[in-house]
Amino acid sequence: MIAGLDIGSRSIELVTLIDGKVAEAKKLPTTFDPVSQCFKLLDGLRPASLVGTGYGRNLIQRLELDCEFSTITEIKAHALGAAHLFPEARTVLDIGGQDTKAMSLAGGRVLKFEMNDRCAAGTGKFLEYTAGVFQIPVEDFGPYALKGVNPPEISSICTVFAETEATSLMARGEKPEAIALGLHKAIVKRTANMLRRVGLNFPLVFTGGVANNPCVLDLLAQSVGGEIGRDILVPDNPDYMGALGAALHRHNNDAARAR
Amino acid sequence: MSESTHHEMWEKLNMDLAAHDGLLEVLGKFYGDIYLSQENRLKGAEYLDFVLSEVHGLRIKELQDAKEQGRKVVGTFCVFVPEEITLAADAIHVGLCAGAEAGSELAEQLVPRNTCALIKSFIGFKMAKLCPYIESSDMIVGETTCDGKKKAYEAFNEIAPTYVMEVPQTKSEAARDLWKSEVLRYMKAVEELTGVTITAEKLKQGIKITNGKRRALQRLTSLRAASPAPISGRDALLVNQISFYDDPIRFTAKINELCDELEARIETGDGVAPADTPRLMLSGCPMAVPNWKLPYVVESSGAVIVGEESCIGTRNSRDLVDESGETLEDMIDAIADRYMKIDCACFTPNQERLDNITSLAKDLKADGVIHYSLLFCQPYTHESLKVDKALQVEGIPMLSIETDYSMEDVEQLKTRIEAFVETLA
Repeated sequence: MIAGLDIGSRSIELVTLIDGKVAEAKKLPTTFDPVSQCFKLLDGLRPASLVGTGYGRNLIQRLELDCEFSTITEIKAHALGAAHLFPEARTVLDIGGQDTKAMSLAGGRVLKFEMNDRCAAGTGKFLEYTAGVFQIPVEDFGPYALKGVNPPEISSICTVFAETEATSLMARGEKPEAIALGLHKAIVKRTANMLRRVGLNFPLVFTGGVANNPCVLDLLAQSVGGEIGRDILVPDNPDYMGALGAALHRHNNDAARAR
Repeated sequence: MSESTHHEMWEKLNMDLAAHDGLLEVLGKFYGDIYLSQENRLKGAEYLDFVLSEVHGLRIKELQDAKEQGRKVVGTFCVFVPEEITLAADAIHVGLCAGAEAGSELAEQLVPRNTCALIKSFIGFKMAKLCPYIESSDMIVGETTCDGKKKAYEAFNEIAPTYVMEVPQTKSEAARDLWKSEVLRYMKAVEELTGVTITAEKLKQGIKITNGKRRALQRLTSLRAASPAPISGRDALLVNQISFYDDPIRFTAKINELCDELEARIETGDGVAPADTPRLMLSGCPMAVPNWKLPYVVESSGAVIVGEESCIGTRNSRDLVDESGETLEDMIDAIADRYMKIDCACFTPNQERLDNITSLAKDLKADGVIHYSLLFCQPYTHESLKVDKALQVEGIPMLSIETDYSMEDVEQLKTRIEAFVETLA
């Protein structure tokens, strides 16, 4: 059994592979004690090798499990996961808790990538933070924003300033759904630029937790001019792509060695 | 570091002793983690370790001793200040502290917050009384390379009188004439400072010494084309950094010794990393002591650095002054011509830099290039886009990094750099 563990800023995902097939996939919130959360996810499992990815990837060394450890970056992991499910993928977009990454692929390998820097504007954190202004859970924020019409321009690229802008717009009497839509547009605008910089080619695979947000997906399709389901592909469980890719990395290496 | 013996000297230089002790302690720890932890290091690195450990100590003592004998110290911030002329007037030419976050908050009283870390650093070092070089300087020379520096020197002049050289922004004939007049103006200023009349004989000697230093650095650069890499990027950067502090004749001799050792190492196929380690070249803004952040992150991400296209790197050593001139006039022309070859991002257009980067990357057999821009450095951030395109044509991948001196983004940088290395492996 090979286990892939994606230790992100918001959640930790585990995917196990047996003979190259997904045996199990589960997740827990990261919390302030990610090591304990990893133990909970791995409880009762005896993987022969464990591959860590995500910003907390090096924490796996602290797990003291009797197995082989290795790490890969989340950029490679998401690319591997996406290319496994959609071998025709040319571009991958991953929007996670605190990072947004765009990658161009050739034959499943990363050619070029872009990543937001230390600021979390344009990431899942941005949506979570601004959803707070509307007092709705982040999961419901996308459907909520889809109800908006005539969204105001949210100019700011900073999460904290965007909240201030949203608050001022509310004070001006703008409809909250429209403001929510404006916030979604701001994140997509940023993302689309990142995609163009790596050289966007379809099909584009959209991964990470934010791929579950229907408003971001719709706006992305409009912004880059692609059709959902043909040009823009979203896996069933987009938040598991990092963990899947990590496990596949080891599986592929083992397979290559066996040949 | 040998603080106690130097405390008296630092006190005389009106430095903030407690803060300076704190700085040295951090620096010592940082150096231990980044440098002394390296495996299979060169024997010649002992010289680097010693110079660095005494960079605020014995070297400053040497400057004080020289000053007592009537020699003058010229402190600089840029590779445009002609060292040949400083040396011809028997003066000492040093680079000033600009590589740490020390005193940056103080600096924000004089320059806007969105000023690059290097500028904030040199202002901060002065305001916090932490740089013994600036306190030892009899003349501080600035230059109009970028808007940030240009305006910063106006403010800096209020706390530390600064002589500013006008560096042109193009490479036209008129620009070259302007630059030559600036070289002559600098020569007069140095003559006035030192009371020494610069003769052809003296200038010839200055050119010889400075070229000797550049030749040693060129030799080091070319030896790094070997695979496996015979020296770490960190150590090579340190060599380049030290070239701005140490006595040029001693430095040249020591670096040539180090190169002899490298040659022997290359002969036996020995290196600092296995031959299949991805080889990266750094390109962009200068990394002043103790700005070792990026090289450290790169070399702990499974890659080895084989070159620095930077002012503290090949931009400082690539071109020599023509030595054939016999008259003062010929030599001044040769100096003006040599400095006009500098491919600083402040020039427009600046195609030479793109050509130099691609040919250096090929010569050094680099698998990829990391372009490093300091946050808010407009000239280099702009050029990173051009460099990327030029390298793409040659099939050399590039990663663009924008950062500053703070350590908060080390993990994010690690992720990017590891991911870049993964794409090369």
